[in-house]
Amino acid sequence: MAHLELDNISAAYGKLRVLDGIDISVGSGETVGLIGPSGSGKSTILRVLTGLLKPDAGVVRVGGAPINFDKPAEIRRLRDRAAIVFQQYNLFQNLTVLENVMIAPTKVRGRKPKEVRPEAEHLLAKVGLADKMDSYPDQLSGGQQQRVAIARGLCLKPEILLLDEVTAALDPELVSEVLDTIRGLAEDGMTMLIVSHEMGFIREISARVAFMADGKVVELGAPAQIFDAPEKERTRDFVGKILRH
Amino acid sequence: MDYTFQYGQVWPYLPYLLKGAWLSLQIAFLAFCGGMLIGTACAAVKTFGSGWMRHGVNAYVVFFVNTPQLVQIYFLYFALPDMGIFLSSYMAVLLGMTLNAGAYLTEIQRAGFESRRQSEMEAAEVLGFSRWQQIRYVILPHVAKVLFPPLSNHYILMTLGTSMAAIFGVEELTGRAFNINSETFRSLEVFSIVAVIYVVVTLVASVLLALFGRFVFRAKMRVV
Amino acid sequence: MGELAELLTYYNVIFLLKGMGTTFALSALGCILGGLFGTALAVARLTTGPLTLPLRALALVFTEFFRRVPFLVTLMLCFFIFQFSGLDVSTFTVGCVTVVLIGTAFLAEIVRAGLQSVHPNQWHAAETMNFTLLQTIRYVVLPQAWTVILPPAFGFFILFIKDSALASQIGVIELTYVGKVFNNRGFSAGVSFGVILVAYFMLSYPLSRLGAKLEKKLGSSRTR
Repeated sequence: MAHLELDNISAAYGKLRVLDGIDISVGSGETVGLIGPSGSGKSTILRVLTGLLKPDAGVVRVGGAPINFDKPAEIRRLRDRAAIVFQQYNLFQNLTVLENVMIAPTKVRGRKPKEVRPEAEHLLAKVGLADKMDSYPDQLSGGQQQRVAIARGLCLKPEILLLDEVTAALDPELVSEVLDTIRGLAEDGMTMLIVSHEMGFIREISARVAFMADGKVVELGAPAQIFDAPEKERTRDFVGKILRH
Repeated sequence: MDYTFQYGQVWPYLPYLLKGAWLSLQIAFLAFCGGMLIGTACAAVKTFGSGWMRHGVNAYVVFFVNTPQLVQIYFLYFALPDMGIFLSSYMAVLLGMTLNAGAYLTEIQRAGFESRRQSEMEAAEVLGFSRWQQIRYVILPHVAKVLFPPLSNHYILMTLGTSMAAIFGVEELTGRAFNINSETFRSLEVFSIVAVIYVVVTLVASVLLALFGRFVFRAKMRVV
Repeated sequence: MGELAELLTYYNVIFLLKGMGTTFALSALGCILGGLFGTALAVARLTTGPLTLPLRALALVFTEFFRRVPFLVTLMLCFFIFQFSGLDVSTFTVGCVTVVLIGTAFLAEIVRAGLQSVHPNQWHAAETMNFTLLQTIRYVVLPQAWTVILPPAFGFFILFIKDSALASQIGVIELTYVGKVFNNRGFSAGVSFGVILVAYFMLSYPLSRLGAKLEKKLGSSRTR
C-alpha cells in the first residue's frame, strides 16, 4: 500500500485547468521527484496535498485512506500528516527562529512548550542552526531561513514531507547546504515528494521521477530512465534542454 | 422602547430633503474650488518659495489643520460682526470651509508637487522640451494622477462636513432635517432617512469619482 | 487683551481644562473601544465560507454606513434613540456612544488594511500548519500588522479630537461648549472662540508631532 497516492487527480483555478488526471504514488520512505517546465502543475500538486486547492476529480489517499476535501476536519488531518516547505520559506517574521519552529506544535496542536522545546532545539541542531535559535528571520541568509523552514516542518512530526522548489530562491552557494539537509532526511527514511529543478540532485535522491507538462504526468519512472533513456519525446525534449549545460 | 415609527409623515418631505442634499454638494464644491485656489498657491509657495512667505503659509496650514472646522466657523460667524464685517450664515460657513479646505488641500497638493520626478524632467529637458512643455507633458499628467484620489477623498469628506452648517441655520440636508424635526417631531424617522441619503449620495459620488479617476487619469481608486 | 486677562480667571481656566479633558476623553474612548470593536469587525470581514456571510455583510454595512454619515447626524440619531428609549443617560454618555460607533467604523477599515498588508505567504504558511483564522491573526498577522495600523490609527485619534467638537450641540461639556459658555457670559466672540481655538491647537499639534515621530520610527523599524 502506498503511503501517499494521487489517483486521477484533476484541479482547476476557475476556468483554467491546471491538473489533468494525475496518477502518482509514493511508497513509505520513498522519495519521488517532480520535474517539468514552469506552469506544468508541479507546485499545484503540492497545493492540493496541503489543502490549499480542492481537486474537482480524483482521490487523494494517505496510508490508503481517502481524503474528503469537503470536510475541513479531513483537510486538517491531511495537514497533520503531510507538512510542506515552501520556496519562499514563509517564516513568521515576528517570531524568532526557535519560536517559529515551536509555534505550530504548541499553539495549534496544544502540546506543552516544555515538551516541544528540546525537540525543536534538536531539529535546529540537525539542520545546523543551533546557534541561531534566538535570531529573527531577517537576520538570516536565505539558505539559513530555508533550513529553519525545514526544521519547522519536521517539528510537526509529519509522515510525509512536501518540498516545493526549496532551493529556487537561493543564491547558488547556499543551495548545497539545503540539499545536504534533505539528503539526510532521505537517509533517515522520510517519505518525500520533491518539486525541484536541481536535476542532478533529483536524479541522485529520488527512487522515481515524474516528468510533468501542461498539468499531466508525461512520464514516470526510475531516474535512469527519465534522464538517460526517456520513452516519451516530450521528456526527451525537456531533459535534453536541461542537461545540455 | 415606546415609539411607533411613522415614516409616512416624513416621506412627503423627500424632495425637500434631496434639494438640501444638492445644496450640501454645492457648498462643498464651492468651498473645494476656493480651497483649491488657496491650496495650489500655498503649495507652490511651500515647495518653491522661501522666507517669510513660506513661514506665513506654514502658520496658516498648521493652524487650520489643528483646529476644528466648527470652531473656525463659530469664530467667523460671531467674531467678524464685532469687527464690522457682517456675513450671512451661508457666507460664514462657506468662508470657514474654504479656509479649512485650503489648509488641507495645501498639504495634499504639496505632496503631489513633490512627487514630480526629477529624472523625467531632466529627460524631457535633454529631449528639447521647453520649461512650459515639461510642465504640460511630463509633470502635470503624473501629478494629476497622484493628486486625484486624495483630492476626491477630501471632497467627499467636505460633503459630510457641510452638515455642521445646520448649526448656523443654513438649510442644507442636515439643516432641513432639523426643520422637519421641529415640525413633525418624527426625529428618528427624519434623521435615519437623512443618514441614508448621506450614505447614498457619498457612495454615488465616490463611484463617479472613481470611474472618472480610472478612465481619465488611469488612477486606481477604491470605492468601498 | 484686557478682556483675555478677564477671561482667564482661575475658575475659567479650570473649566477650560475640564473641557479639554472631556474632549480628549471622548476621542480616546472612541479610539480605544472603537479599536477593539473595529478589530473584531475587520476579522469578521476576513472570514470565509457561507456560514459567516451574514456577519461579513453586517460588518461591511456597518463600516460603510458610519463612515459616510456626518458626525452631527449620528449624534442626533443616538440622542433621539436614547430619548425615546426612556433611559436616563447623560449627554456625555450619548456622546460616548456616538464616538464609539464612528470610531469602530473608521478603525475597522484601518485594521483591515493593516491585516491585508501582511504578505499572503504568511497567511498560507499558517494555513498549511492548520492555524485557525483567529490563531493566524493572533500569532502571525496582527503582530506584523501593528506597524501599518498604528500611524493611521493615531492620525484618526487626532482627527477625532476635532470632530468631537460637534458633541457640544447636545450639551456635552467639552471644549467647544466651554467656548459657547464664555461667549454667553458676555465675553466677546473673538476672545471666547479664539481661546478655544488655541486650546484645540495645544491638544492637537503636539499629538500630531508625536504621530509624525511615531510614523518615522515605525517605518524604519519595519524590518526590526
